[in-house]
Amino acid sequence: MTTAIMEDTITLTINGKAVTSESGKTVLQVCRENGIYVPTLCYDERLEAYGGCRLCIVEIKGQVRPLSSCTTPIREGMEVTTESDRITRLRKTVLELLLSNHPNDCMFCDKAGSCALQELVYRYGVRYDKYYGEMWNLPKKDDNPFISYDPNKCVLCSRCVNICQNVVMKGTIDMTGRGFYSKPDTAFSKPLTPDICVFCGQCVSTCPDAALTEKQAMGKGRVGSVDRVRTTCTYCGTGCNFYLNVNNGKIVKVTSDYEAPVNRGNLCVKGRFGYDFIQHPDRLTKPLIRREGVDDTSPEVLKNPMAVFREAEWDEALDLVASKFAELKAKYGNDSVGGFSSSRCTNEENYLLAKWVRAALGTNNVDNCARV
Amino acid sequence: MSRQISISVCMGTGGLAAGAQEVMDKLSTELAGVGIEAQLHSKKQCDLHRVGCRGFCARDVLVDVSIDGVKTTYEQVTLDRVHRIVNEHIIDGQPVEDFAAGEDYHNFEGKQVKVVLSECGLIDPEDIEAYLKVGGYEAARKVLTSLSPGDTIDTIKRSGLRGRGGAGFPTGLKWEFGANEQADQKYIICNADEGDPGAFMDRSVVEGNPHVVIEGMIIAAYAIGASKGYVYIRAEYPLAVQRLELALKQARQKGFLGDNIFDNGVKFDIKVKLGAGAFICGEETALIASIEGKRGMPRSKPPFPAQKGLFGKPTVINNVETLANVTYIIRRGAEWFASLGTEKSKGTKVFALTGKIKNSGLIEVPMGIPLRDVIYGIGGGIEKDRRFKAVQTGGPSGGCIPESLLDTHLDYESLAKVGSIMGSGGMVVMDEDDCMVNIAKYFLEFTQAESCGKCTPCRVGTKRLLEILTRITEGKGKANDLELLENLSVDVIDSSLCGLGQTAPNPILSTLRYFRDEYVAHITEKRCPAGVCKALLTYTINEATCTGCTMCARVCPVKAITGEKKKTHYIDQSLCIKCNSCYDVCKFNAVDKR
Ligand SMILES: Cc1cc2nc3c(=O)[nH]c(=O)nc-3n(C[C@H](O)[C@H](O)[C@H](O)COP(=O)(O)O)c2cc1C
Ligand code: SF4
Ligand code: SF4
Ligand code: SF4
Repeated sequence: MTTAIMEDTITLTINGKAVTSESGKTVLQVCRENGIYVPTLCYDERLEAYGGCRLCIVEIKGQVRPLSSCTTPIREGMEVTTESDRITRLRKTVLELLLSNHPNDCMFCDKAGSCALQELVYRYGVRYDKYYGEMWNLPKKDDNPFISYDPNKCVLCSRCVNICQNVVMKGTIDMTGRGFYSKPDTAFSKPLTPDICVFCGQCVSTCPDAALTEKQAMGKGRVGSVDRVRTTCTYCGTGCNFYLNVNNGKIVKVTSDYEAPVNRGNLCVKGRFGYDFIQHPDRLTKPLIRREGVDDTSPEVLKNPMAVFREAEWDEALDLVASKFAELKAKYGNDSVGGFSSSRCTNEENYLLAKWVRAALGTNNVDNCARV
Repeated sequence: MSRQISISVCMGTGGLAAGAQEVMDKLSTELAGVGIEAQLHSKKQCDLHRVGCRGFCARDVLVDVSIDGVKTTYEQVTLDRVHRIVNEHIIDGQPVEDFAAGEDYHNFEGKQVKVVLSECGLIDPEDIEAYLKVGGYEAARKVLTSLSPGDTIDTIKRSGLRGRGGAGFPTGLKWEFGANEQADQKYIICNADEGDPGAFMDRSVVEGNPHVVIEGMIIAAYAIGASKGYVYIRAEYPLAVQRLELALKQARQKGFLGDNIFDNGVKFDIKVKLGAGAFICGEETALIASIEGKRGMPRSKPPFPAQKGLFGKPTVINNVETLANVTYIIRRGAEWFASLGTEKSKGTKVFALTGKIKNSGLIEVPMGIPLRDVIYGIGGGIEKDRRFKAVQTGGPSGGCIPESLLDTHLDYESLAKVGSIMGSGGMVVMDEDDCMVNIAKYFLEFTQAESCGKCTPCRVGTKRLLEILTRITEGKGKANDLELLENLSVDVIDSSLCGLGQTAPNPILSTLRYFRDEYVAHITEKRCPAGVCKALLTYTINEATCTGCTMCARVCPVKAITGEKKKTHYIDQSLCIKCNSCYDVCKFNAVDKR
């Protein structure tokens, strides 16, 4: 991160049009600010520019060679061309080379429709057969509950590596090997296990194609067949946003919301993979009231702990709670009771609880579990 | 008797491999045996010492014997030659003509102009006193005690020195960029990674005269305001590393490195960082990543290392030879240096001359010398007097220069014009028996394997280029392969991130430019004109010349050759594995390969 904040403005021309922006920005950032299309594969706003995929190259007047716009800082008077015969040709070659080591598999691929590679290939109209030769045929790795890794689909953008190393600060994966045989992997190609990986799935969230995918979601619906529902994570008070991907009323996976002001697409293991409670059959959907006269140690309860409870309607349950609060207040005073709310509630719900404790119970005994 | 005797034994890696240590030991025991020191009354008068690489490695072990300033150079000294040298020359004063270096040695030395190598092969690299005796550390002293950093940079600028690491960037200008940056910490790095196949220029300098590089670093550090330096050197250079470490220790003891150099309050010290042998770690940004403990991968420039280098601080990186030149420029003056070479390429350049050349080894020539003078003068022409075909300069990033361009001058601009580069100084000579498609394939095998994998055009592009070349050499080339090769080469050059990918296709483009018909022969006629590409060769025995001596049948490892004594022999093509044994063994040139 640069600490020096430079406020100077810089004027440059992009495709013949003058634009102004702040010094310190890159050509790519300024193009995007101005709605000028520049293709990328290895770029993710959350990461430091990598400059590896070579798709974002642009021509800059006075430079013999095209430069990657993601790494090139803007300069006063710079003249940038984002698309020309030469640039288009180079981009096509890059895509053709990528395809020459990529399975022709879109029909079966979970990522079809949301794959950056597929989109670029379509846009630039390149075909599979221009360059050919050795292709990877590496085993898929999914010896963990959450993440499936198919190296054969990897485009070596290094986003997974960079996010794991520099955003998650975990360093579980890095580039291994050399040249054509380089690929992201764990040290000694060990399986992802909790001692080396926190399963935040950040790597999955940044992977532009189907090399890293959500294991549980495999075959459960791709972009055309799912509805995306934007929601807020219920696990903690941070309030990360994401999309629930719902197919026929069933949640199949969580995907990032890169625009979310709180988390910018980042999530932890709970937000990304901990959604199964939502539609879990064990989930409580009705209030439970403890049955009178049931012995906690009776063989019946030991066999089925739920036997101490009976299902009730909301009115009955709330009446019971209210009467118990009133009883305690009358007997021991207002400060004998209090409210403790959950960080899994929304801000509004927490506010309501605090208000209710103060106004209705008449005490300041309010607290919340969000201590972290 | 008051003779002054000096004996020096070449103990660079080449010398040591040829047995220099044993020769040294034997000289020492023989001399002690005849009581030379006693006869001379003093050890000082008989100085037996090691020196660094003298360049003519093909004739190692080289030993110089000087008596009262009259020097005789002996070549290919082996243990059994030592006795005569001691007895006849050192005791009786009669040089042993039989072992004295001959015409080749003198041709080899004759046209060279030694600056960087001037003290390699002259002084003991493990003895700082030897270096001090030839004026060592005087340049650093002069700079630190009487020149401002600005004046120092100005001197280097006036000398016209350009970086010897490959790109030829003006050194003074690079220093100025470094000096102009404001920062609490700056670094100077000496790039001694030297990963080009067949290159050993930098290794020889560090082995032969480590102090001259250290001195250059002190000067550079002072000029840019760096208090810390690194030498990034590959671990496969154990002797160079050992001598460098020793030299650093000696320099610290003398106060040339430390907290108060020349009592001038200047602070500077150097660390040695070992590289693990990846070619890409010679690229400056990858080298920096490697020192930082990261995977050695380049990053895009700008920002340049001079702005944002090691640990994010301004860093100047220079090659070994560049830094050695710096010392001599300060010692002898910018004008002297600028008087050597051509208008835009000043000074000299060290080359590792190898391949099908008579005299191979390490040479130093003035910039601008015609290639012909190097190959036919210093190099003595082509081995076995075969026909010259091409010379490859610049290592895997360079190009092949054909016979018609042998008058090309060795300087940055002229080499670029003919499609090659100066590079760091590799020079491989090829003769009529070399297949140019195969040569291009060889270089691509290297670059493809050494690509760091970061960017698409280089990672996949060099692989596909290699595959196309491979299929051409196997007779499976397709009609449009040359077009594919050309287009992909240009695209890889234009879109790769770093110098590796940006130059990797050069060997293909230059061979296509000058030897296109060889490619065409492989593809359309399924023929390798040089007779190298195995898959395209057929071995047959010529009825007219075969005497039926049976030699070929006896050496064939797969018993593919049959025939009776004194009758024409015959090769069963279905069995032949094209190992060339019959061709090599036939005394009557009766084996044809086509
Ligand atoms: C693939 C690659 C390998 C390189 N290897 C070396 C090397 O082994 N030694 C070296 O001095 N420079 C090497 N360079 C050049 C360095 O990046 C850098 O330009 C040089 O060290 C600068 O020193 P100079 O200005 O003194 O030449 C290499 C460059 C590339 C692209
Ligand atoms: S899940 Fe998180 S910690 Fe594990 S490899 Fe991916 S980014 Fe790294
Ligand atoms: S696995 Fe995905 S994110 Fe990682 S390098 Fe490959 S394509 Fe990029
Ligand atoms: S050009 Fe080759 S060596 Fe250089 S960054 Fe790209 S892949 Fe790595």
